[in-house]
Amino acid sequence: MYKILKKVNLNPTVTLMEIDAPLIAAKAEPGQFVILRVNEEGERIPLTVADFDRSKGSITIIFQIVGATTELLNLKQEGDSLQDLVGPLGVPSHTEGLKKVAVVGGGVGCAIAYPIAKKLHEQGTVVHAVVGFKTKDLVILEDEFKKVSDRMIMMTDDGSYGEKGLVTDALKALLDAGEQYDEVIAIGPVIMMKFVSLLTKQYEIKTVVSMNSIMIDGTGMCGCCRLTVGGETKFACVDGPDFDGHQVNFDEAMQRGVMYRDFEQKCHQDVCNLYKMEVK
Amino acid sequence: MANMSLKKNEMPAQDPHVRNCNFQEVALGYTEAMALDEATRCLNCKHSPCIAGCPVEINIPAFIMKTAQGEFEEAYQIIAKDSSLPAVCGRVCPQESQCELVCVRGIKGEPVGIGRLERYVADRHIENVKEKPVKPEPNGHKVAVIGSGPAGLTCAGDLAKRGYDVTIFEALHTPGGVLVYGIPEFRLPKAIVKKEIDGLKELGVTIRTNMVIGRSVSVDELLTEHGFEAIFIGSGAGLPMFMHIPGENLKGVYSANEYLTRVNLMKAYRSDTATPIKKSNRVAVVGGGNVAMDAARCAKRLGAEEVYIVYRRSEEELPARAEEVEHAKEEGIIFKLLNNPVRILGDEQLCVTGIECLEMKLGEPDDSGRRRPIPVEGSEWTLPVDTVIMAIGTSPNPLIKSTTQGLETQKWGGIIAEEPSGKTSREHIYAGGDAVTGAATVILAMGAGKCAARAIDEELNPKQ
Repeated sequence: MYKILKKVNLNPTVTLMEIDAPLIAAKAEPGQFVILRVNEEGERIPLTVADFDRSKGSITIIFQIVGATTELLNLKQEGDSLQDLVGPLGVPSHTEGLKKVAVVGGGVGCAIAYPIAKKLHEQGTVVHAVVGFKTKDLVILEDEFKKVSDRMIMMTDDGSYGEKGLVTDALKALLDAGEQYDEVIAIGPVIMMKFVSLLTKQYEIKTVVSMNSIMIDGTGMCGCCRLTVGGETKFACVDGPDFDGHQVNFDEAMQRGVMYRDFEQKCHQDVCNLYKMEVK
Repeated sequence: MANMSLKKNEMPAQDPHVRNCNFQEVALGYTEAMALDEATRCLNCKHSPCIAGCPVEINIPAFIMKTAQGEFEEAYQIIAKDSSLPAVCGRVCPQESQCELVCVRGIKGEPVGIGRLERYVADRHIENVKEKPVKPEPNGHKVAVIGSGPAGLTCAGDLAKRGYDVTIFEALHTPGGVLVYGIPEFRLPKAIVKKEIDGLKELGVTIRTNMVIGRSVSVDELLTEHGFEAIFIGSGAGLPMFMHIPGENLKGVYSANEYLTRVNLMKAYRSDTATPIKKSNRVAVVGGGNVAMDAARCAKRLGAEEVYIVYRRSEEELPARAEEVEHAKEEGIIFKLLNNPVRILGDEQLCVTGIECLEMKLGEPDDSGRRRPIPVEGSEWTLPVDTVIMAIGTSPNPLIKSTTQGLETQKWGGIIAEEPSGKTSREHIYAGGDAVTGAATVILAMGAGKCAARAIDEELNPKQ
């Protein structure tokens, strides 16, 4: 079960895996996520479904190596299997009735933004994609985005590829040039989603963000992923992961997101050390 | 001649100051001599009130008589006729409010230690009996059970014993429901739960983990596409409640579900797992039930120096079992009774620094029959803590309801089911346990699973 059919390193820290999961592939919609465990005794981590192939019965995940679990996941090869995989979880992204949308992706968040852009494109929505990366080496899914957007703007923080600057700079330029959108969909680091939301608030454009909170079960049982939206507590796993960007308390979400940072760094280091020892 | 001692044989237990630093089981279980002695306290009364006091109607005097004669496996088989989880129930059942409450010996002195005897007999069976149960002749009918907690396991076990082809669907990666994610290792070792579940597998029950019904597959698809003729929903009450007071989203505020899941299911107490949990020094657990006691005792074992139970009523109203309260106190848990939190305080990094409470006094009894807590005005005070665990209850997960048309529920989310059959508003769909009643006990859920199994059997296999 949950066999890895394909593995591609998209950049030095981001990996794509296609996984055999017919039941999940049959149901998955853009915006939904899965929870996986790499091994027995392993952590449960949520990852968004980046793509799915219903006829083949497979789903694609794209992940950045940020901690122990993603490091271990990245050690798995084609033909290996995951310990556990459950989904699709969360509410699918709302795409109905949208005529023109700006999809803003930042870093590995582009992996989540891509299936939504694809769905919008397939249903005839005009898609403007703004994608941003730290530097040229970290660019992922460029061709994919080109295929599903009517216009694509590539940004890098250091100007090594596309235009120099942040996604908010590009989005502001589009808006100032008179582009009108039914909705802006922003997916990336929390700080990026915060600033996109602040910008679009000035222009009064509805903005949807995808919150990647810390989770355990992903079914509403633990409440670990809770966040404040419009003054109310919501669970990212069952009420989201998509929320109105003008209502989300991003500062709180950022703090909650780094709650276990020290522990995670230590675990990550332990895994790396163990791996190095095994290689020797 | 019956043993007329007024006292139960005491349960040997780990020393409180040793056990509050480890996760090994607190109660060590009777020795054979203790079990034999305790069993002779039973009068084998003709009217046997204890049987009616048991939600699954175990023939208690019969199993105790066998125990007294040293025929332990026979005793076990008597229990197993009515209970699919004897080793679990012997540990976590609130016997003092069920079978032991009505025990004739309890009129003068202490009742017979029924739970302790059940545990002894069940543990002895697990230890000594290696032959596998005989798989019953298949009857050709397929039933799906949603959830692998006490209700689902019981329903599945009873149906399998009648020859049904049963598949249990579990959302998490390990079966057991609240028995594995909720109740801590030191009260219910997970190896015991696993043994009981393995027993079901040997009866032919299939368990499919990682299946969130309503997402992976819907209830209707199970009926129409997967060939199940009936469904039992035992999905429990897994949704944590919060108080909706300021500061609840600060770092260091946990639902008891999250805290216990990290500790029990994800084994955060072991150094070889990658599950993070806060290293706390001072912990406030809000609530007075068994879950609150479990969370407090886990926090203590994880190294917290001071652990408080903050509860708005008095000791008399604590919903936790007396034994659990006693154990918690022995382990050094501090009770701040007649206090209700009004807000949680935090620093600039949004880490918890304290919990502000309001003192309460008790007024007239409310609808629940317990005296209503009334705030004492101007009595606010702050308890400095770095962690707050909310253990104020749970409600049923709305996922199945929202994805199953025509399945009627109460306003608060409980599935509406007939008593005792568990029949819901939808044909072929039954429900029981916490998903119907809201958070209750393991044994009540088992009772519901058992009744539903009987009703499903009557529907699918009516006697000619």
